[in-house]
Amino acid sequence: MSTMSPATKPYEDMQLAFEAERRKTKTRNFIKGILFLLPSIILFSVFLFYPMMKTVYLSFFLTDASGATTVFVGLQNYIQLFTSSIFLKSFKSTFLFVLYIVPATIIISLFLAVLANEKLKGVGIFRTIFSSTMGISVAAASVFWLYLFNPTMGLLNEILGFLGMEGIGWLTDPAWALVAVSITTIWMNIGFTFLILLGGLQSIDQSLYESANIDGAGYFYKLRRITVPMLSPTLFFVLTVTIINAFQTFGQIDILTQGGPQNETNLIVYSIYREAFVNYQFGAASAQAVILFILILLMTALQFKFGEKKVHYQ
Amino acid sequence: MKNIEMTDITKSYDKQKNVLNEINLTIGEGEFFVLVGPSGSGKSTLLRMIAGLEDITDGIMKIDDRVVNHLPPKDRDLSMVFQNYALYPHMSVEQNILFGLQAKKVGKEEQRRRLIETTDMMGLGDYLKRKPRELSGGQRQRVALARAVVSQAPVCLMDEPLSNLDAKLRASMRVEIRRLQKRLGLTMVYVTHDQVEAMTMGDRIMVLHDGSIQQVGNPIELYNEPANLFVASFIGSPKMNIGKAVLNRAEGRLIVEDELNINASESLMSDIPNDASITVGIRAEHLTYATKEDATHFMEAVNVENLGNETTIAFELNNEIWTVKWPGQWEIEVGEMVPVKISCEDLAIFDTGSGRLIRAAKRVSKGAVPV
Repeated sequence: MSTMSPATKPYEDMQLAFEAERRKTKTRNFIKGILFLLPSIILFSVFLFYPMMKTVYLSFFLTDASGATTVFVGLQNYIQLFTSSIFLKSFKSTFLFVLYIVPATIIISLFLAVLANEKLKGVGIFRTIFSSTMGISVAAASVFWLYLFNPTMGLLNEILGFLGMEGIGWLTDPAWALVAVSITTIWMNIGFTFLILLGGLQSIDQSLYESANIDGAGYFYKLRRITVPMLSPTLFFVLTVTIINAFQTFGQIDILTQGGPQNETNLIVYSIYREAFVNYQFGAASAQAVILFILILLMTALQFKFGEKKVHYQ
Repeated sequence: MKNIEMTDITKSYDKQKNVLNEINLTIGEGEFFVLVGPSGSGKSTLLRMIAGLEDITDGIMKIDDRVVNHLPPKDRDLSMVFQNYALYPHMSVEQNILFGLQAKKVGKEEQRRRLIETTDMMGLGDYLKRKPRELSGGQRQRVALARAVVSQAPVCLMDEPLSNLDAKLRASMRVEIRRLQKRLGLTMVYVTHDQVEAMTMGDRIMVLHDGSIQQVGNPIELYNEPANLFVASFIGSPKMNIGKAVLNRAEGRLIVEDELNINASESLMSDIPNDASITVGIRAEHLTYATKEDATHFMEAVNVENLGNETTIAFELNNEIWTVKWPGQWEIEVGEMVPVKISCEDLAIFDTGSGRLIRAAKRVSKGAVPV
């Protein structure tokens, strides 16, 4: 059928023209989309993807003091880490640390947020106070706690002494150091967590509570059946962010304990820092960083898998 | 069954100007009482004060002869439907309906029984497991109603419950709510800004404006004898046509907006005080069509809306727009001079200064068959 009927020919031509036009629009849209993404692609590549790849690459090598690769060792760095008692200890400390601070941070912040959400005179002052730790740098907060923890003239031990108890070597006693660092971190985290939770509370429709009041619901019934479920997306966000932050804690360790005593507070990020910039073992440090990355990724994935089911998105 | 009694109820926020001024009102048992007014008139505030969601600044509120001024909402034995329904988004329809019963620790079996009874009544049986976001607007509205019904509270408060629905659904829900109220014998306080809802649903209506009662009465009273200019223009659709008028007693003429010259009867003249400056109002259906011969006036049509069963025509009268509503279809061109008949017996006369009614229209549009 080489000849076409004159009637269908122009119709098919038109179809072809339409098809070409459609393809052209598609290409143009694609280019436009890429252009919009380009700034973030460049930024992410330079500051995120490239260093990440470089870290993975470095973790397979031994390096000299300047960080240049010397010998390819394969998985040797990783194997050494998992047989090193120091790294395993810092692994354990990190998990303990997360366990100490995450529930405490969220429960205290939620409590404060619920309090600060009440319609009372002067509640704005309390909101400012409760969220103020957000505006304090890690260094300043650490120094401030350093004084509180001071074994002889620190306020905490003075209170203990006043109560007739023996002072605690907050930062020097291996049994207490991690707790002390945890308390500092909880205190520092509360500002941010409080603010986010308060925001979440304030976005809950007041008429839900009014309706519950008319229905005869009590305070704790409302808290359990309305506030917490309505807040669950915010709680989930806060949980995820707090866990990730806990895994990445560095500043307060460096100032308060420097990993000591007896490596009790040598959390993974601090251990990475020491390995890289004190011992100049960039390969081993990179291996630790990769492990931390996978750890956080796994934790977050698990949370989304199991936690998200209990979250009520609007 | 309970009545609600308010004495000098006043509300102000932060000692500012009063939002509500000395409201005196009694709502009878089993009555469908509508609070109507434009937005900002204080009607919702009053309703929330009955519910106990707002403090009462001054005055006495009684429910069932018991002073409730300081009683928390849960002890007032009432239910409320909110404008946005206030459904709990994370709970299923069933949990939403049962929330109040569980809070009050009603027995499991009783809960079941009431749930089934209510959902049968509201036709929600198939949706019990759904979340509110999976329901249409009308269904959500029903869940909100079901929540009020299931509590078996004798007083039900509704705050503009139909304002989020489309016009058709609104009309059918109007009937449904009205039937429900009659069937359960509820004392209903219903807030709306829609005078159609007020007219069609209320046993009695209270018109509220700027925190003061304008008039309380049954719908027909409000329509036929509006107490003042505000009620006259608020109740009725299209609104009452209003114009300033001057009475010429010597010639027995009433001149409206310097244009319409209407024959004034003796009784009309005797009803109007000598020095009063007056405003007249006439309902859209009282401006009747006339043939060229028996027309009393000719008016210029500026807009014609042909709805099929009736036609709304707007006339311009010295900067005022007057509308008429005639049954049937009318072929009228914009700009045409239309012959109309205006009788002074159809005019409602108001005092311009105070807005108060001096004399109501003498004719009412009765239906063909006496009811």
